[in-house]
Amino acid sequence: MAKLTFKTDNCKGCGLCIDACPKQVLALAKDKINKKGHHPVEAVNPENCIGCAFCATMCPDCIITVER
Amino acid sequence: MVVFEKPKALADVQMHYCPGCTHGIVHRLVAEVIDELGIEGKTIGIAPVGCSVMAYNYFNCDMIEAAHGRAPAVATGVKRSDPENHIVFTYQGDGDLASIGMAETVHSAARNENITVIFINNAIYGMTGGQMAPTSLPGQVTQTSPYGRDTDACGFPIRVCEMLSTLDGPEYLERVTVNNVKNVKNAKKAIKKAFQNQIDGKGFSLVEVVSSCPTNWGMTPQDALKWIDEKMLPYYPLGVYKDRSAEKEEK
Repeated sequence: MAKLTFKTDNCKGCGLCIDACPKQVLALAKDKINKKGHHPVEAVNPENCIGCAFCATMCPDCIITVER
Repeated sequence: MVVFEKPKALADVQMHYCPGCTHGIVHRLVAEVIDELGIEGKTIGIAPVGCSVMAYNYFNCDMIEAAHGRAPAVATGVKRSDPENHIVFTYQGDGDLASIGMAETVHSAARNENITVIFINNAIYGMTGGQMAPTSLPGQVTQTSPYGRDTDACGFPIRVCEMLSTLDGPEYLERVTVNNVKNVKNAKKAIKKAFQNQIDGKGFSLVEVVSSCPTNWGMTPQDALKWIDEKMLPYYPLGVYKDRSAEKEEK
């Protein structure tokens, strides 16, 4: 299983990673707010992650590290 | 095994760009290319005026801030002062490169200066609040064209790659976009080639990246990426507009 790490405080909640994910692993955390006041992204289905790094490729703020 | 992490040439700070702005993706691609070519120690970037004015905070290589539009002129000076030991790139938006800096752009291309130009085309002035740019599409609503760009009064958008390709000077001109994963990968290839051309001493390489501006287009980041496909790309077709080395090989 692939592992995703987020630099949550740098997330701006744009959601581009969510659309890029082919396995619907990601979603915005509606009940959390980061330092800048955005709802950050989180892995809601981490067990489905295949480590394709599409999310990290589309992330404008480079907050995602993908390990496999 | 790490599949993806932040490139070393990209500084570990939060960028000031709006949520969903593709500037961040292009910054990362440039940093990845600098890492892969192993040129961080000798690269000098020239920052423009516009949204990316603070690009000097985001790259770990040396950076110089140029006056509005003058990045190719500053790059020319830096490159000529020590051509063997410096890799020089400029990072400019459309308000910088295609408007006030058009003369510098055209002449550095005509002289085939051995520099790399990364040109972000988002069809609007982002930093100043969404005014009409030379690249705004016909009919596009902006702060200064609230009824849509009227081509009778404001003229037509400038296609920079096509225009420069009529010159004999430039080595390499390509237009790419970053609105999906496939296009991001293609954009990286183009940027890498533009840097490699400079290392090989081939001359002026410009990569135009069709980008989004969700804030000033008045859209969500997702809709802005769709708008690139629907509206921008028909007017600004992707592709290689000049590649002199490839043309020579064919002959």
